Amino acid sequence: MSHFHADIRQRAEELVALYPRQRSAMLPLLHLAQEQDGYLSDEGIAEVATLTGTTPAEVRGTASFYDMFHLEPVGKYVVGVCTNIACLLAGGEELLEHASSTLGCAVGATSEDGLFTLEETECLADCNVAPCVQVNHRYVRTTTPETFDTMVQDLREGRLDHDVPSHGTLIRVKRQGGLRVAKSDIAAERAEALAARTARAEAAAAQQESK
Amino acid sequence: MATLDAPRIVSSRRDLADSFTLNRYLETGGYSALRKALSMFPESVASEVDKASLLGRGGAGFPAGRKWSMLRRAPISYLVVNGDESEPATFKDHYLVERDPHQLVEGVIIAAYALQVTQAFIFLRGEFALGLERVQQALNEAYAHGALGSKIFGSEFSLDIVVHPGAGAYICGEETSLLEALEGKRGFPRIKPPFFPAVTGLYGEPTVVNNVETMSNLPWIINNGGEAFAALGVGRSTGTRLFALAGDVKRPGVFELEMVKNTFRDIIFDPALGGGLAEGRTLKAFIPGGVSAPWFGPDQLDTPLGQDEVGALGSMLGSGSIVVMDDASCVVRATWRITKFFSRESCGQCTPCREGSGWIERIMYRLEHGGGRMEDLDLLLDLCDNIAPGLSWPPQQTTICVLGPSIPSSVHSALSMFRDDFVAHVNHGGCPHD
Amino acid sequence: MTEVTRTNVTITVDGHSVEAQPGEMLIEVAERAGSYIPRFCYHPRMEPVGVCRMCLVEVDGPRGATLQPACYLKVADGMNVTTDSDKVKKAQDGVLEFLLANHPLDCPVCDKGGECPLQDQTLAHGSGETRFVEEKRHFVKPVAIGELVLLDRERCIQCSRCTRFASEVAGDAQIAFAGRGDMIEVASSPTQPFDSIFSGNTVQICPVGALTAKPYRFSARPWDLEQAESTCTMCAVGCRVAVQSSGNRLTRVLGVDSEPVNHGWLCDKGRFTLDSIDANPESRDLLSAATRITEPMVRVRGELTPVSWGVALSEAARLLHEAGDADAIGAIGGASLTNEGAFAWERFLRGAIGTENIDAQFGDGLDPVLLQSLPLATIDDAANAPVVLTLTGDLREELPVLFLRLRESFAHRHHTLIEIASAPSALRSLAAHVLGVRPGDTPLIAEALVGGPLPVGTLVHDAQLAEVRQLLGDGSGVVIVAGRANLAEDQRLVDRAVATLAQGLPQAKFLVALRRSNVRGALDMGLAPRLRPGRGFDAAVSGRESHAQLVAMSEGTQRTTIVLGGCVLGNVVDVQLATQGLAAANVISVTGHGGATLAFADVVLPASVQHERTGTVTNLEGRVTAVVSKISAPGSAWSDVAIAAELALQWGQDLGLGSVELAAQAIEESTGYAALSVLQDQAFDGVVMGLNVTPVARHAMDPMAFPGIRSTKTAGLGDSTGTTTLLDATSTAVTSSATFADVIIDTVEVPPADAYALRLVLARRLYDRGVAMQGSPDVAALIAQTTLTINPSDLDRLGLASGARVMVRAVGGDFEIGVLADERVLRGTCVAPLGTLADGVNVVSKMVDPSSSVTQLRLETR
Ligand SMILES: Cc1cc2nc3c(=O)[nH]c(=O)nc-3n(C[C@H](O)[C@H](O)[C@H](O)COP(=O)(O)O)c2cc1C
Ligand code: SF4
Ligand code: FES
Repeated sequence: MSHFHADIRQRAEELVALYPRQRSAMLPLLHLAQEQDGYLSDEGIAEVATLTGTTPAEVRGTASFYDMFHLEPVGKYVVGVCTNIACLLAGGEELLEHASSTLGCAVGATSEDGLFTLEETECLADCNVAPCVQVNHRYVRTTTPETFDTMVQDLREGRLDHDVPSHGTLIRVKRQGGLRVAKSDIAAERAEALAARTARAEAAAAQQESK
Repeated sequence: MATLDAPRIVSSRRDLADSFTLNRYLETGGYSALRKALSMFPESVASEVDKASLLGRGGAGFPAGRKWSMLRRAPISYLVVNGDESEPATFKDHYLVERDPHQLVEGVIIAAYALQVTQAFIFLRGEFALGLERVQQALNEAYAHGALGSKIFGSEFSLDIVVHPGAGAYICGEETSLLEALEGKRGFPRIKPPFFPAVTGLYGEPTVVNNVETMSNLPWIINNGGEAFAALGVGRSTGTRLFALAGDVKRPGVFELEMVKNTFRDIIFDPALGGGLAEGRTLKAFIPGGVSAPWFGPDQLDTPLGQDEVGALGSMLGSGSIVVMDDASCVVRATWRITKFFSRESCGQCTPCREGSGWIERIMYRLEHGGGRMEDLDLLLDLCDNIAPGLSWPPQQTTICVLGPSIPSSVHSALSMFRDDFVAHVNHGGCPHD
Repeated sequence: MTEVTRTNVTITVDGHSVEAQPGEMLIEVAERAGSYIPRFCYHPRMEPVGVCRMCLVEVDGPRGATLQPACYLKVADGMNVTTDSDKVKKAQDGVLEFLLANHPLDCPVCDKGGECPLQDQTLAHGSGETRFVEEKRHFVKPVAIGELVLLDRERCIQCSRCTRFASEVAGDAQIAFAGRGDMIEVASSPTQPFDSIFSGNTVQICPVGALTAKPYRFSARPWDLEQAESTCTMCAVGCRVAVQSSGNRLTRVLGVDSEPVNHGWLCDKGRFTLDSIDANPESRDLLSAATRITEPMVRVRGELTPVSWGVALSEAARLLHEAGDADAIGAIGGASLTNEGAFAWERFLRGAIGTENIDAQFGDGLDPVLLQSLPLATIDDAANAPVVLTLTGDLREELPVLFLRLRESFAHRHHTLIEIASAPSALRSLAAHVLGVRPGDTPLIAEALVGGPLPVGTLVHDAQLAEVRQLLGDGSGVVIVAGRANLAEDQRLVDRAVATLAQGLPQAKFLVALRRSNVRGALDMGLAPRLRPGRGFDAAVSGRESHAQLVAMSEGTQRTTIVLGGCVLGNVVDVQLATQGLAAANVISVTGHGGATLAFADVVLPASVQHERTGTVTNLEGRVTAVVSKISAPGSAWSDVAIAAELALQWGQDLGLGSVELAAQAIEESTGYAALSVLQDQAFDGVVMGLNVTPVARHAMDPMAFPGIRSTKTAGLGDSTGTTTLLDATSTAVTSSATFADVIIDTVEVPPADAYALRLVLARRLYDRGVAMQGSPDVAALIAQTTLTINPSDLDRLGLASGARVMVRAVGGDFEIGVLADERVLRGTCVAPLGTLADGVNVVSKMVDPSSSVTQLRLETR
């Protein structure tokens, strides 16, 4: 029995097929598991283990290496405030403190209504709009306590639902097209092309010489 | 005055709102370089890149042409694009993947053709959700356009490109760690030897790893020739480069500048660029190439933005990010935050980096927040020395990757340049700026 | 295989020049040159990873001397290395200081205290004074990451030895690092605990007290321990072990790094079942395997009653005389004896009494004459063979450390495995070819492999067969691991298959996967019909093997039977026959443990068990090694040699085998079998009989690699000079004279397939209800329930889901049991484990149809 819903399971299988080795699909699959459950549930982990040919301990161990994966349930919105160097210089720490009081939860915790989880992040590579804030991994480009509060209000009232998908949703663009050929076939094609090129080059050289 | 007359090579579409769409890309000359490349021998394409002297834009500055020539001949080989961009205050690849994804894709196809690899991957930082979507969209459009997939533009060349999302770990920018992540593992950097992924890379097969910006240069190089690229800049530092300017400047942002022709003073103070500091503020220090790099002070402002020029002064141009700190900012606090970053991001594999980063961070925390002791200053230096013996740059590397030896850079710089500030913190029992 | 000759390189370490082979790691070479480089993550039996950075040394290079990890640096000619400069010292001290930064200094309460590499390094190099004033990282105290292993995360130094062992060596990646940076920790999954049968090895190689074993935790302090090197006799691999005791109590068994055998590894059954040895000496439940038998007994008015040795021996002699005639006497069992014990019993039974009805196997092995006539391979031969063909049960369950040795060659050295498979196995995923064979078809597939036709109905297709035949060739470079995959399939079918392979692949060598402890030694000492000590053979006689003895007992023709060790009822498949036979005959039981068989014993003679007795044993490859008495046996138990000798005296004959040494001497003098030499010469890895195998010198033992093992010369673990005395290996000839011509295998009928039934594969499990497991509560908790494993398509056909219960219609009566789906089980078959219970009942005894060469079971939904 699959823990993944049918559409997620189908996307999962497509992902595994993209890679030369099944384990390579680990990170995308974990994102997918998180898209379904909002976090990495034991069931989601077990299914990823099966799909990648690994053990639950390996999946868990791998997932826990990466900041974006949550092994415990999180709020509907995961709010990340950067306090790294550029943001620090622009007041990131102060914004984080402000966020904590607006959202009513400590850094690393989830608000009582289950809406928000607040995180302190490392540099999000958006330093010209510092301090930088992400919600569910979407850049919201709010930089002052006032705009932050407005954004929170908009989130609460669902006005940002179009821009900010549910937590865990990473890539909403589906892969279309693409080429699925055995690597060995491609290798053979490359070898053939090389032989043809060499032959052409040699012929050209010979012609050159005879001139 | 800044020299701003060089062509825009990778940011030519920066003023177009729809720069990321296929239509706009095609209208502005997109995929013409790929058609041209496909009409050439792969070796000739590679040789143009070699002639261009295109230095890698990911941080280490290794010439792309040289790297490509090291690719071991094997039936199966890979091209992996490094878009993990997590070095603090570096945000140029972010700009490129969101604003010009087709340029990146075209560059990747050109490189794949030149290298004759069997598959390409674009590894993008997980937090770049929009970038991931834009690149996937660009790939979809490229497939539909015949620029990607089977028999590209009717040639004999076929290729598949897969976008691989990271999941939040700075270390995955280190190329062997990135390959581990791409193999579905924890992002532990691989121990060297083998030194070069070009010999033993993804799944043990030969693999070229190049940065997003490096790849984005390729369409221009193929269209205009390697020599045209090499004509820009000075010496080894050719072409243009994206610089990410952040911190205490009026106009932080990404600027494309010809290599070497401008100085740090130009980029920080020119009104068309950084626009200088806030009113009444003076420059205290700046970090010339990402937080892994040793710091510079006002004395080094006239150093040209070139790889060897910065290297000669014991720092590096690195990831092309410049962080400016004015006299109102606290260098102890900045240093603490940088060590906190390294401590959070150390992969945990080797002892000096894992334990040293945490220890140093905790000492720095005490210095900034109260509880600092005078003996901490020498202890800090000694711990730094135990991570990177000799405390020089480029470092003596006794750890598996360069993250470890990067930890001492800011601590050592700040302590040597502003020891008085540290002493003031100890005496004040915390930050005097608070 | 082709010998690769490589020219050596010379390097200089601290001014001493030393020769090395290209590709060797500097850390090893430097040690040979006399410079020991400190280390934590490096382990000589695993791939180097260079993560702890303790082994930094200065190596001259083009850019001057640089610090490099010696564990990860391959030596190159002319390399100049300094391991004792100030720069090296500072670097190493720095690493040590970092390691200690977050390490709780709780040595006084730590299990590893006194034998801890970190503690030792700290004492040797540490500054004594800490510069770390910050708060240490803190974790909740020990977590049980599995049933047998606890993890104290605060003590962990992240060397990754345990996780690497689990994934790289055992292939059980049920533990892995979690987290990042200085919060990195070893973790198992809440949904799948670390229940690897090899889990104890991680405890053994952890260089700090982070991993501890539940059975050993806090049981002794290292400095109270005494130690001796011995051989584990829990199965026939013969792993070398360091047995440790405190006073007269066994405390711990650790794996010794024996190059030709176990590489330092053990399975958890061998490591953690010590409780069974001093189990319940006071318990009076004689029918329980968890009870030690400590005094002689005779049956008085229906009850086994303690008596003196004199009374018991004379009663035993009386029962033997009462049988009337030598052919009315027989002996079953003997695999648990030492070679000396086996020899003494053989001399008594065959020499003094004159019976040929002797059998150390329980019908669960292979034909002894066939075994003795096969061209043999060592474990090393199998591990180095380019092609290995297995016709055996799941080696992981049967001979765990042999599985590890072979796994390494398929997982890391890409040797080719061809599996003839009737049930799932742990090596399956590494096999190049899996040839599915249903019960009854075993001889047919063997014939097909050596050129015969591909029989209809087999699960192998032509192309695959052709490929496999090509790989096998004439058997050159091929090692065949032969054993019994299915105890519900007539032994003769397997005998025939093995003989067919041996004849059709004349260049192939065989590693015989006999499972029970010293069964090979018992057979070598002649404990089977027609065999003679020293692998001798007498074609002119015939005797009854164990099944025939049980038949004769139930028919009244074999009137007195000696049961040597092992519980008959727990080992034979036809329990009903055994019960009848034991009830009808007089039974003299020579045993160290209780068991169901004692219900039928008329005389019980208590024997010492492993770690209580001295002697030699022979492992499955024919390697003779010594076992050592570390503690004395409880009560008035005697050694098997003494029991045989005394009973012979009572019978009226002096065997001249008054001690183990005399028995060993007699063996060696009369047959050339190296018993005495091994016993006396301390050839720690032993001598392989019948094969010209040159013993390899032991390396000096690295205490960092095997913390806990005391390096003492007398214990054979290598001392500071590096090697131990080695026995001259020239006398390894044996007198064996059995040839294929002597092998007699009766033909057996295989009934036609019943379309409505599944053919049963009865497979062994490591964790079974044997003596060792039952006597060790910690491990006994891991014995699984009996279930039937079935291919999903068969399950579908029955309309059942995995986990459901079915009604089984079997010859012994109907019963209910749970079923599980496993796609690796062949269609039309089902797999059940031997030696386990379903709801407290041994349903296996009901399941098997002893009247048929294969068992077909009909399953019905309830
Ligand atoms: C700790 C560390 C982090 C790095 N992060 C990045 C990064 O985010 N992006 C990048 O392109 N290169 C990064 N690098 C450099 C890569 O290892 C590699 O040199 C680069 O991707 C090669 O591409 P290039 O030759 O095109 O520059 C990092 C290196 C280290 C040691
Ligand atoms: S638990 Fe022990 S063996 Fe495992 S990583 Fe920690 S210190 Fe090493
Ligand atoms: S790094 Fe060499 S022993 Fe750990």
